[in-house]
Amino acid sequence: MKVNDAVWGALLLLLAAALLVHIQSFPTIPGQKYGPALLPGVVGVGLAVCGLLLVIKGLAIRRAGEHLHWIRFEAWTRMPRRVLAFAIAVGVNVFYILSVGVLGFIPTATIYLAALFAVLGVRLRNALPLALAVALVIHYVFYKLLRVPLPWGLLQGIAW
Amino acid sequence: MSSAWAQAFSMVLDPYTILVMVAASLFGLFVGAVPGLTATMATALLVPVTFFMAPIPAIAAIVTATAMAIFSGDIPGCLMRMPGTPASAAYTDEAYAMTRKGLAETALGAGLVFSAVGGLFGTAVLMVAAPALADFALRFSSFEYFWLVLLGLTCAVFITSDRPLKGFVSLLLGLLIAAVGLGNPAAIPRFTFGNVELMGGIGLIPLMIGMFAISEILRFAVDVNPTLHIVDRPIGNVFKGMWHLTVKYPVQILRGSVVGTLVGALPGAGADIAAWMSYAISKKFSREPEKFGTGHVEGIVESGSANNSALAGAWIPALVFGIPGDSITAIVIGVLYMKSMNPGPTLFTTNPQNIYAVYLLFIIANLIMIPLGFLCIKVAKRILQVPRNVLMPVIMLFCVVGAFAINNTVFDIGVMLIAGFAAFVLEENDFPIAPAILGVVLGGMLEENFVTSMIKSEGNLLAFFERPVAATIGVLTLAVWFLPLLLRRLRRIMNA
Repeated sequence: MKVNDAVWGALLLLLAAALLVHIQSFPTIPGQKYGPALLPGVVGVGLAVCGLLLVIKGLAIRRAGEHLHWIRFEAWTRMPRRVLAFAIAVGVNVFYILSVGVLGFIPTATIYLAALFAVLGVRLRNALPLALAVALVIHYVFYKLLRVPLPWGLLQGIAW
Repeated sequence: MSSAWAQAFSMVLDPYTILVMVAASLFGLFVGAVPGLTATMATALLVPVTFFMAPIPAIAAIVTATAMAIFSGDIPGCLMRMPGTPASAAYTDEAYAMTRKGLAETALGAGLVFSAVGGLFGTAVLMVAAPALADFALRFSSFEYFWLVLLGLTCAVFITSDRPLKGFVSLLLGLLIAAVGLGNPAAIPRFTFGNVELMGGIGLIPLMIGMFAISEILRFAVDVNPTLHIVDRPIGNVFKGMWHLTVKYPVQILRGSVVGTLVGALPGAGADIAAWMSYAISKKFSREPEKFGTGHVEGIVESGSANNSALAGAWIPALVFGIPGDSITAIVIGVLYMKSMNPGPTLFTTNPQNIYAVYLLFIIANLIMIPLGFLCIKVAKRILQVPRNVLMPVIMLFCVVGAFAINNTVFDIGVMLIAGFAAFVLEENDFPIAPAILGVVLGGMLEENFVTSMIKSEGNLLAFFERPVAATIGVLTLAVWFLPLLLRRLRRIMNA
């Protein structure tokens, strides 16, 4: 997804404005000229200048007729399979964050991997056992060897 | 002095460290050889594991894995016309053309041998330059550090990108991320929006795992042509003719190593940019430039040494000033802080044995690269046949667990995911990532040194130019900013 520079510029201008308004609420340090609002302030001004330049550049390119679309979608966005792969690649991480505490690491990781394997073209027959095996190996390495407290969740009763 | 060296030797030659180095070598060779996995990603993936090691084995793992990965990135370039890491991209077409002419052995051998040579050259420079710089830097105050950081950030914007405007946006976004949390001179919570997790700031490691690993996996997921074709042909003796090349191209080897080390030492630019520059320089000064691109080994010799020497070069500013020379050392700095080996000139005086150990690690890594790299070439075909649709999901899960393991918080997985998604979108739109990384790593230092300086000078901005070294670096920094603008204006006036 390629967005015209002018759109990026406008977004940055918005961000800069929000930033500059927000830092007004930062406290000042008595007797100190340069407080906590300084760095974000400089960043805000910088982003505003860059945003403005990008808007000018983006509009100039459009006027020259080189890059007419505000947003141009790459080839993959027209291939349902790839769009699905992208959505799942992001989605499984959201799923992990939301469910690892409830389901526990091993079930969550198995679903996580199986979904990714399936959408990337691993044969379904193999995807699930493979996912479970990898989840168990990673669990062993991190939980047993490196002592990372991965949650057990549903499997709490049979924790090993 | 000598006892420090003795200590360094005993730390490095410890069986555990050696074991870690061998394991890290195999890991690095594998990661480098698989297209879509990079040396920076190897480093990011190693962090959660090194987290549980003593400082020297942890550094050993990173040094060896990255050196190996930068070499083995040449292999798929040669056999599949697909660079294993971005550092090999400069001469992938050349190497593939050599393979098609039946010269795969020479291309791979040159990649291997001159990677080691370049790596050793970079190490030698690191050993000489870093202590000298550290000695000099002992007298630095917040004024000098402020300018150094600013110079580093400036380099990152102007070197890593042919679009300074977008590089600058990327840098500002990085600085903004660095501003989150309590970690500022006034200890005021900024941009935390009442979230307790954000008080401590945004974790560098989850951020890096996201930007360098998750974004790469997302790119794989949308790759419209994910199957690769391997040149199927037995590979003979890769060392044949290497001595001949050394005698034929001594200037190229030296020039590549020097350029590589320098580019590596410049903040933000690493092995990939070193290789591109060296390949271009090689072609420009070659006696047979017309042969470049048709399967000619000269450019591979030069840029192959450049990308490995850049690795060691990048450690110079990282160790002496805490300013990363490339994205790998940006992660390394995070690791050093975690191991209470805070970078800075005092690292060279208080604990010299640690620094000596780093030198030794670099030397050993580049020496064992030759036999291990040779083995890697032998089994290359099998590595390249590893199904990436199985590998990528496993790596992504590994990233998730790794990001979690640093602070045992699910919040960091969220940071990782958002950083990965953001890096993916930004790169699709030609925003370079390196300046953002520098901004995140150096934002705190920039602000702290500025505020400290202002307290010392009671708000007098001219104090930044009062000390001779500070003034010099200051003028240099401003020159990098304004010279291009000035020159353009001048040219316009001349043309009018």
